[in-house]
Amino acid sequence: MIGFPILSLMLLVPLVGAVACLMAGREQARMIALVATLVDLVLGAVLWSHYQIGGPQWQFQEHASIFAGFEWKLGIDGIALLLIALTVFLMPICIGASWNAIEKRAGEYYANFLIMETLMIGVFTAQDLFLFYIMFEAGLIPMYLIIGIWGGADRIYASYKFFLYTLLGSVLMLIAMMWMVNEAGSSDIPTLMAYSFPVKAQTWLWLAFFASFAVKMPMWPTHTWLPDAHVQAPTAGSVILAGVLLKMGGYGFIRFSLPMFPEASAQFAPLIYALSMAAVVITSLIALVQHDMKKLIAYSSVAHMAIVTVGLFAFNRQGLEGSMIVMLSHGIVSGALFLAVGVIYDRLHTREIDRYGGLAINMPAYALFFMLFTMASVGLPGTSGFVGEFLSLMGIYAQSSWVALICTTGIILGAAYMLYLYRRVVFGVQKNEDAAAMPDLDAREWAMMIPLAAAVMWMGVYPETFLAPMRKDIASLEARLAQARPKGDADVQLAAIRPAATEHEHGESMEHGAEAAHVEAR
Amino acid sequence: MELLRSLAITGTEEVLSVSGLILLLAAAWGGDKASRVISIAAVAALTVCAVLTAPALSQAAMGEAASAWNGQFSGDAFAAFGKLLIYIGAAVTLIVAPAFFEREKAMRAEFPLLVLLAAMGMGMMVSATDMLALYIGLELNSLAAYVMASFLRSDERSAEAGLKYFVLGSLASGILLYGISLTYGFTGSTSFAGIHGALAGTLSTGAVFGVVFVLAGLAFKVSAAPFHMWTPDVYEGAPTPVTTFFATAPKVAALALLMRVSLFAFGSQPGVWQQIVIFVALLSIVIGALGAIGQDNIKRLLAYSSINNVGFMLIGLACANQAGAAAMLVYLAIYVAMTVAGFVAVLMLRDADGAPVESITAMAGLSKTRPALAWATAAVMFSLAGIPPLFGFWGKFVVFQAAVQAGLLTLAAIGIAASVIGAFYYLKVVKVMFFDEATDVVTGQSDMAQRVLLFVSTVVISPLGWLVTKPLGVLAGNAAAALFHIA
Repeated sequence: MIGFPILSLMLLVPLVGAVACLMAGREQARMIALVATLVDLVLGAVLWSHYQIGGPQWQFQEHASIFAGFEWKLGIDGIALLLIALTVFLMPICIGASWNAIEKRAGEYYANFLIMETLMIGVFTAQDLFLFYIMFEAGLIPMYLIIGIWGGADRIYASYKFFLYTLLGSVLMLIAMMWMVNEAGSSDIPTLMAYSFPVKAQTWLWLAFFASFAVKMPMWPTHTWLPDAHVQAPTAGSVILAGVLLKMGGYGFIRFSLPMFPEASAQFAPLIYALSMAAVVITSLIALVQHDMKKLIAYSSVAHMAIVTVGLFAFNRQGLEGSMIVMLSHGIVSGALFLAVGVIYDRLHTREIDRYGGLAINMPAYALFFMLFTMASVGLPGTSGFVGEFLSLMGIYAQSSWVALICTTGIILGAAYMLYLYRRVVFGVQKNEDAAAMPDLDAREWAMMIPLAAAVMWMGVYPETFLAPMRKDIASLEARLAQARPKGDADVQLAAIRPAATEHEHGESMEHGAEAAHVEAR
Repeated sequence: MELLRSLAITGTEEVLSVSGLILLLAAAWGGDKASRVISIAAVAALTVCAVLTAPALSQAAMGEAASAWNGQFSGDAFAAFGKLLIYIGAAVTLIVAPAFFEREKAMRAEFPLLVLLAAMGMGMMVSATDMLALYIGLELNSLAAYVMASFLRSDERSAEAGLKYFVLGSLASGILLYGISLTYGFTGSTSFAGIHGALAGTLSTGAVFGVVFVLAGLAFKVSAAPFHMWTPDVYEGAPTPVTTFFATAPKVAALALLMRVSLFAFGSQPGVWQQIVIFVALLSIVIGALGAIGQDNIKRLLAYSSINNVGFMLIGLACANQAGAAAMLVYLAIYVAMTVAGFVAVLMLRDADGAPVESITAMAGLSKTRPALAWATAAVMFSLAGIPPLFGFWGKFVVFQAAVQAGLLTLAAIGIAASVIGAFYYLKVVKVMFFDEATDVVTGQSDMAQRVLLFVSTVVISPLGWLVTKPLGVLAGNAAAALFHIA
């Protein structure tokens, strides 16, 4: 453990940077923003290196009762650690993406981004239910301003839609939170995670939380704000939206809905499956016919998030771990794809797919990176996308073969729309002279692409780095869910192959045994 | 001894009336030239009163011990809480008014006196523990307010606002008086304690009528729907410093009065008025939210916003318990800060000639021309909408938490869902200021007093305000406890 309150410091650094940016000019503001995000990245690295894998569930805990009604209480487990790492990793890249693209009101722009970073880290570290809500909800204001001021043509409509949709989703959750705190007598998240709410009440509470997380996630059919917001947001806005904001929904499910309302989660699992299956198929088909690159990637995000939700509600370890990896992978890959779009948008100022073509000829390095991220989005083995999707789908297969079957079509459709996009933009003839004259990546763009590419490969080749910190937390969540798990249609086979697995994965089966004993004890 | 004790408890009212009379003489002597000096003296008088009131905030004396003039009047922590907010609202009005009226060449020495007398009336309203004291305080405040609304005699809208306020205000006073007489007839008492005792047990239909009429009269004074019609017109027509006053001090006084009447005088029969309050609360939230959508005048928008906010506060009253009352007081304190910030920002909207700008369209691109003002206004709007981390969220939070704890889940769910409608028009103001192209209408300079007031009130509603949640909660809890102390 570290001697100083590192989590509070990670919240404070971007906040101070934001205030400084507000008062600075363009040149200084982007420098301040870069420094602040890099400092947070270093702090994030320190955080990870001091995180004890297999240590206590909640680490780096801080506590100060300075407010009435709720408390300043921070702490992280492995799940939160990974998402914080994702946030601090993406933020400097976002600042880099905005380096030349943002010309008007740069000070306010960077200030908004830094405030976003504070709030996102706040969401993942909050250990008080109401503190979480405040951080969760406060993100609306900077995001509203980012879309509205620096977005494209339809930015105002998109910003309203984003704000009102997510607000309506969250206010009902607030009422549910108040009821829970009243019932359990504490707003401490770890306490609430262990509290057994009456099954009848769980139904309502689950629905209220679902209203919020489903919009944030976004799940079909509440996803319609996403393509609008994405298309209109500046590149860095899209990166942060896809990379981290969407993960708040998934984080909400894994931190609140599943452990706090296991019975209701089981009860509503078919609903989640149905919505996710619809999302995978429908949004993938919609993505196939898009003419706008950002819209295409936005719809692919909805499809990927659907894989996350089925994985989460598979109620088993593979599903949960897979969902987490999909979230991390999607954060990096979709961020990278939006960045790739941003690179050519900065040159030609259009996102129309037809305006490009044959970029492999004049931008070979760009074509290479774009290829890697396309493959990662498709889920090619060796990239991060494969690991997460494979685990999630394996998890759901143990629960329901039909859901697994339909969700797997998402992979095929995903390959279709991503490769089709890639072919139209990068291969083929050079239709337009201006597109053919675009220069290849410059040093700044190389510096943004390389870390993203490295992360994608690392996660694909050696996912253990990312699985290890959360393994214990996922195991305890699985144990918590075991009592409520609905009977899956593939249960029989899974039970039969268990002894075989024992020989190979000795350590894991020990834990399985412990969980089984735990379940019996209940 | 009893006389001395009573005199001590009503100390602030004595200071206000004596200083008011002295300043009246000074005004007669010095004429309108002395109006600035008189304003400063009036602020000083209010400050003295605030200092006198402050110790009572945390005092333990309640019920009999804090009661003066044979149960007419109470100097408990609840009254102190309300009075402090009233004095703040009145002082802000006095600080911003001279600059505004001088530009219109309408500054007169009477204005600070009217504010002082109104403040005294409102002090009586929050302290009253008898229907007669209540009515005298209410009328003292109202008569001063009618004059203030039409203070810009050359402006048609101001005269219209004063007339409307007077006619509708008198009607409401009449309804209230009728309710008081019915209540007196069926309970045989005008004192709150007497009514509280007499209403316990089975309730006669006549008494129910009395309760309903009293509540209707008071709903008018707090501008709750369906008695809200006067609010947008009066807020728009009255001179902006007067609107600032109406939106803060009398609102606090009327709500505090409503609380004391419902929770103490009618406190033995919460079932009778609870449904009325729930209905009025939800209706106010919805009408306040829907009515504001089409408005282009920022003062009208803030008027609907105040109707909307009263609805949220009444949710606290609907709980009919101590936690609900405390939550309402917290909301009230935050509401005063938000309203002061909002109206001072409106006062700062001036074109190149210094003429006031009230149209929302004219605020386009304000974030480029006047960034500090735009950010402060945006903070007010997000705060009124109840979006965290701004402090306005805390007010909504405590009120809804009280409702949830009291088991009013449906009310809380509908109320909070309706707050999303309200968010729409607050967002519109932010959109105009931040997303639209600059029109360069608002180019006038603001004076130092306005800047300071805006800065202070914005800091209160900013996330820094969270640091006062603990003391604020303690004070509000203390005040609410005094209210529930049944002698």
